Amino acid sequence: MNNLLVLPLIIPIITAVVLVFLKDHIVLQRIISFITMLFVTVLSFILLNIVQTEGILRLDFSGWLPPFGILFVADSFAMILVLTASVVTTICLLYAFSTIGNRHEKMFFYPFVLFLIAGVNGSFLTGDIFNLFVCFEVMLLASYVLIALGGEKRQLRESLKYVLINVVASWMFLVALAFLYGTVKTLNMAHIAVRVAEAGQDPLLTTVSILFLIVFSLKAGLLLFFWLPGSYSVPPTVVQALFAALLTKVGIYALIRTFTLMFPLQQDVTHTIIGIMAGVTIIAGCMGALSGRDIYTIATYNVIIGVGFILIGLAVGTETAMTGAIYYLIHDMLAKALLFLLVGMMFYITGESVVKKMSGLIKNYPIFGWIFFIVMLALAGIPPLSGFVGKVLIGQGAIEAGSYILLALGFASSIIVLYSLLRIFLASFFGETTISLEDSKPIPKGAYWSFILFTISIVFVGMGAESLAVYVKDAAETLMNPSIYIDAILKG
Amino acid sequence: MKINDVILRTVVKGVIFIILTLGVYLFFSGHNAPGGGFIGGLVLGSGLVLLYITYDLETVHKKMPFDFKKVAGLGVLLATGSAIGSIFFDAPFLSQTDTYFTFPILGEKHLTTVTVFEAGVALTVIGTLVTIILSISEDE
Repeated sequence: MNNLLVLPLIIPIITAVVLVFLKDHIVLQRIISFITMLFVTVLSFILLNIVQTEGILRLDFSGWLPPFGILFVADSFAMILVLTASVVTTICLLYAFSTIGNRHEKMFFYPFVLFLIAGVNGSFLTGDIFNLFVCFEVMLLASYVLIALGGEKRQLRESLKYVLINVVASWMFLVALAFLYGTVKTLNMAHIAVRVAEAGQDPLLTTVSILFLIVFSLKAGLLLFFWLPGSYSVPPTVVQALFAALLTKVGIYALIRTFTLMFPLQQDVTHTIIGIMAGVTIIAGCMGALSGRDIYTIATYNVIIGVGFILIGLAVGTETAMTGAIYYLIHDMLAKALLFLLVGMMFYITGESVVKKMSGLIKNYPIFGWIFFIVMLALAGIPPLSGFVGKVLIGQGAIEAGSYILLALGFASSIIVLYSLLRIFLASFFGETTISLEDSKPIPKGAYWSFILFTISIVFVGMGAESLAVYVKDAAETLMNPSIYIDAILKG
Repeated sequence: MKINDVILRTVVKGVIFIILTLGVYLFFSGHNAPGGGFIGGLVLGSGLVLLYITYDLETVHKKMPFDFKKVAGLGVLLATGSAIGSIFFDAPFLSQTDTYFTFPILGEKHLTTVTVFEAGVALTVIGTLVTIILSISEDE
């Protein structure tokens, strides 16, 4: 029993509700939400370290022992993601303070960001698959509000699609849960893993697992990403950054958990399908990124390429590849958030979103320009930045497993990512400036700080990969040996 | 347009007490029988909505000057508060406890902390329900 485990979920929720009562005190709302997220970040770092010394932690709510009660489980994988998500949210809040505007702040913007992060953290931590559904819904309901808040015509059109897609996906999730409960008679993830192993994962169970694959693919944007480019480009910049960094990653987390812990036995079926889906996702994402004319399209298709690339790690399924996938997941959350903040700032400065209509930004905003350059290199996977370690390890894993097609696709996508962002960099940042230095809009200080903090964390993840290795290796080991997880839950 | 709703008003004056009493009854009976915070809250909330339908917004607001968004917020605070309270007693999150107390007039009564949690649920349901109905009815 360790009550610290529930705090990353419950503290944002309680703070969010308190903020509802402080509707008109915006400065107070900012301070409280920032302090809360800082606290959650520190707390998740502490928890991550406790997991290293004491092994997997679990908290049985109100003392109901597994598999009967609902529980939260913290292994290294979950805690790494909780930590990264909290860091991203903290820095994004810093950006929001100076850019989001009074109108949003008065309409409960901060409470909903906190609800979103509560849902995300809950999804990472829960050890019960029905509770995973509940946490997904908490996250999605907050995201419905955040995507529609502002009430522009485009926002309403895209949010309607977004809500419909997600409601259908959630319904399918429930159907899949019903099938699963009907066949294995339990909802505790570790217990499901045991029962599935006992039954030898027969075709019926594999079919159920494929239903889960479809559901989580819809959420993660794996192959079924048709909703993503539209809905990720309409909300305010900071919401886009949060969505790009967190929402698809929760889907990826659920996929990895499902197919390493619960349904790992028919890899030649499930993992082959995931591999094909990842490959097609990368190809389609690259096509989108190449054909995009405006910065938002290019950025959103880069999210899709990232999803495909991480899931190569899962499809290949060796320990090296999983380590790479975790590294890349951390990198992708940080770098995609930064990319969306930068892209949003470009739109804020120039009022344009078409690449060719901007020019010479780097003259007026040198730091801004070079930060864009750094995130471009990081996303392309150039050492010593954060994308490098993940790419190399996933590549190494793919070679070990002999999946040369996925390997080629993965590395070819890096070049496309580099090309698509380089196009923005050359056209919009280099060249003659169209705005004189006096007329140029200043970038708010808070925004600069968030850029710099993200850049520091990207460089840290790249340069300090060695110091993260302890945590990531442990996470990958637990993923590859589900018995560690199962024993911690059912035999503790 | 003024609707002649004498019948509705007269009936509601009597019926509203029955509905509200039923809501409270369901809330407490939920401890050991069907009922509970969610259902009790729904019944209480629908009673309030009936009041809003029979009388106009201003009249009801004059007697019940609540912001129902805040009622819902208070409910969540109560529920999470009772859940998180267990942490301070070194028990797992969400643990509940109960004891028997003897009161001077009432005699021995069974008191539980889960009632606080349920009250939170009920308030959240009332707040959310009324807020939804009111915001739909507000824009013409």
